Order: sequence, then C-alpha cells, then structure tokens
Amino acid sequence: MTAEIIVVTSGKGGVGKTTTSASLATGLAIQGKKVAVIDFDVGLRNLDLIMGCERRVVYDFVNVVHGEATLKQALIKDKRYETLYVLAASQTRDKDALTQEGVEKVLQGLSEEGFDYVVCDSPAGIEKGAHLAMYFADHAVVVVNPEVSSVRDSDRILGLLSSKTRRAEKGEDAIKQHLLLTRYNPARVAVGEMLSVKDVEDILGISVVGVIPESENVLAASNSGVPVILDETSHAGQAYTDTVARLLGEERPLRFLEVQKKGFFQRVFGG
Amino acid sequence: MGILDFLKRRPEPSAVVAKERLRIIVAQERSTRGAPDYLPLLRNELLEVIKKYVHVDIEAININVERDSGHEILELSVALPENSKPGSTAPVAG
Repeated sequence: MTAEIIVVTSGKGGVGKTTTSASLATGLAIQGKKVAVIDFDVGLRNLDLIMGCERRVVYDFVNVVHGEATLKQALIKDKRYETLYVLAASQTRDKDALTQEGVEKVLQGLSEEGFDYVVCDSPAGIEKGAHLAMYFADHAVVVVNPEVSSVRDSDRILGLLSSKTRRAEKGEDAIKQHLLLTRYNPARVAVGEMLSVKDVEDILGISVVGVIPESENVLAASNSGVPVILDETSHAGQAYTDTVARLLGEERPLRFLEVQKKGFFQRVFGG
Repeated sequence: MGILDFLKRRPEPSAVVAKERLRIIVAQERSTRGAPDYLPLLRNELLEVIKKYVHVDIEAININVERDSGHEILELSVALPENSKPGSTAPVAG
C-alpha cells in the first residue's frame, strides 16, 4: 500500500495554500486516515504556525533528507488527532537543501510507515521548491482566488502539472487536478465586481472541487493555530469539510455561493 | 433586464472585463506552451546562420509551433530586407 500524494499549489503567493494544506490534512485525519502534511517552503517555515505546533519543531524536512534525523524523530504528532503528523520546513537559506532523490526517499519512508495520505504544501512560484512539491504527486489541489493574476498563474501551474511531473514524464495516468477557489465573496460576485465560480471554471477549463468563502474566521483560526476546518461554525470550515468529502469521492453540492440575506435583528441592529 | 435599463447604461462590470482579458491571455499563453523552451535559442542560432548570408534583424525571424490533431508543425518564416538579392553574401542592408 502506497500513500496517496496530494500537492497543494498555486503559483501565486498569498492565495491560501498553507491554510488549505492544514485544513485538508486535518479533514482527512478526521476521516480516520493517517496523514502527513509537509511544508516544502524551505527558508520560510509557516505550516507549523497554522497547525499550532511551532514550539514543538525539533527536526525538519531537510534534516531527514540529509540523514541528520530519522523520519520518526522529525514527524510532529498533532495534539488533536492521533493519525495526523506535520513535517516542518527547514529555515536554512540554502535553496538546494532539497533534492529530488531526498524528497523521494522521504515519501517512500512515509509509505512504509503506513501513511494513507501525504499533503505537500508547495511554496509560491515555479522554482525548485514548487517543482519538488508537485513532482511525485498523484493529486493536485490548485488554489486560486477570483482575481486576474491568481487565475493566470494557476493556468501556468496546470500546464506544469501535466508536463513537468513524474507521472507526465513516465507517461503514466495524469495527475488528478482539482481546482479550489478560495476567498470567494458572493456579494461582490453578485454586483459584478468579482469573477464568479463559473467564470473561473470557463477560463481554466476545469471544474472546482470546492469554493471557500472569504471569511474572518480564517484569520482567527491562524491567529490561534487551529486549522479553520475545525471551526465548525464557520462557513469556511464547513466548505473545507465538504471539499475533503469530495476529494474522498463523495458528491456534495457547493454551498455558500449566494449572498447571505440579513435577518430581521441584523437589519435593525446592524452587524 | 428591466425596461428602464437602457436609460441608465452603466459601464461594463469589472468582472466581465477581467474574464475577457483572462480568456485572451490564457489562450495565448497556452498556445506557446509545450515546446517553447528551446524556441528563443533556436531563433538566435538561426539568426547567426542567416546573418552569414543576409543581414536580417532578430525581429524578422518568426517561429511558431502549431499543434494539429497529434501533429506538431514547426513554422519558420524569415522576412528578408528589401534590397537583398538571392545568392549575394552579406549585403549591407537597411
């Protein structure tokens, strides 16, 4: 049994890759899967903060690649879910710290340890780190904002996924590509100020696996180091839960695409 | 569409503009994707060879890769300067 490798990527920075990686990994663990989530952003470690384990990082991804620590030593066990582990990025400034062989060795090690899923949190850009994060993937979640530069960059990434990855080079079945639209604001879409789900799907020629509404809860969740999927009252959290279910093959309708109508009390008292 | 809509013609919503711009640029970038990495280099080397015989500018060389039902066609066109004569070696051209 080999682990399914999911890369969370985007090209453009700041669109919600790490937020998404943390929530998808946590969601898969909630479903009973054994999951490792790896931060590929060498030099700019951040996933540990979003997962809330920043003070427990002893060894990192590069230490394992260089044989300075074992995989078991470097994997940080989540405090909330027994089957969820984090592998932090190194803070070295050496960009060549990761190699293709090294990454392959770590992914193989995780398969041997019985992991069901490995979520690879890609750095922004299309440089080496992003290339390594996507190279071995079976699934790709392309995070996109309804905004021109993000949409254009995701098209570029979709092109790279279908040409510069192991599956493409070996002529195997293509990586399964999933589009995740984040920071969606139905009110702005309604007045024509923001690209709609359909607009983005039309331009990129691929349908979305989920739509995460813009939400104050995302910042609150990152402030406290709790993946937003665990905030069950928030629409963003619920939308991530739906996305995880869809990734696992379940069919669920998209939610939170309509403008929320304010209730009587909200209209009277504001809010 | 309301009856009075034509009375208050508003500018196009910015999302419509965004979609149209993206549609065009994405199509353009997809058409040059695939085998573009060596094209700039090929263009430069071709220029060196052509320059031995005719004085042309790099802009005069156009290279395109077209895909058509499984076939790939490398299309190359060189616009020769007006006063170049076939067979003449390296004329001083404008």
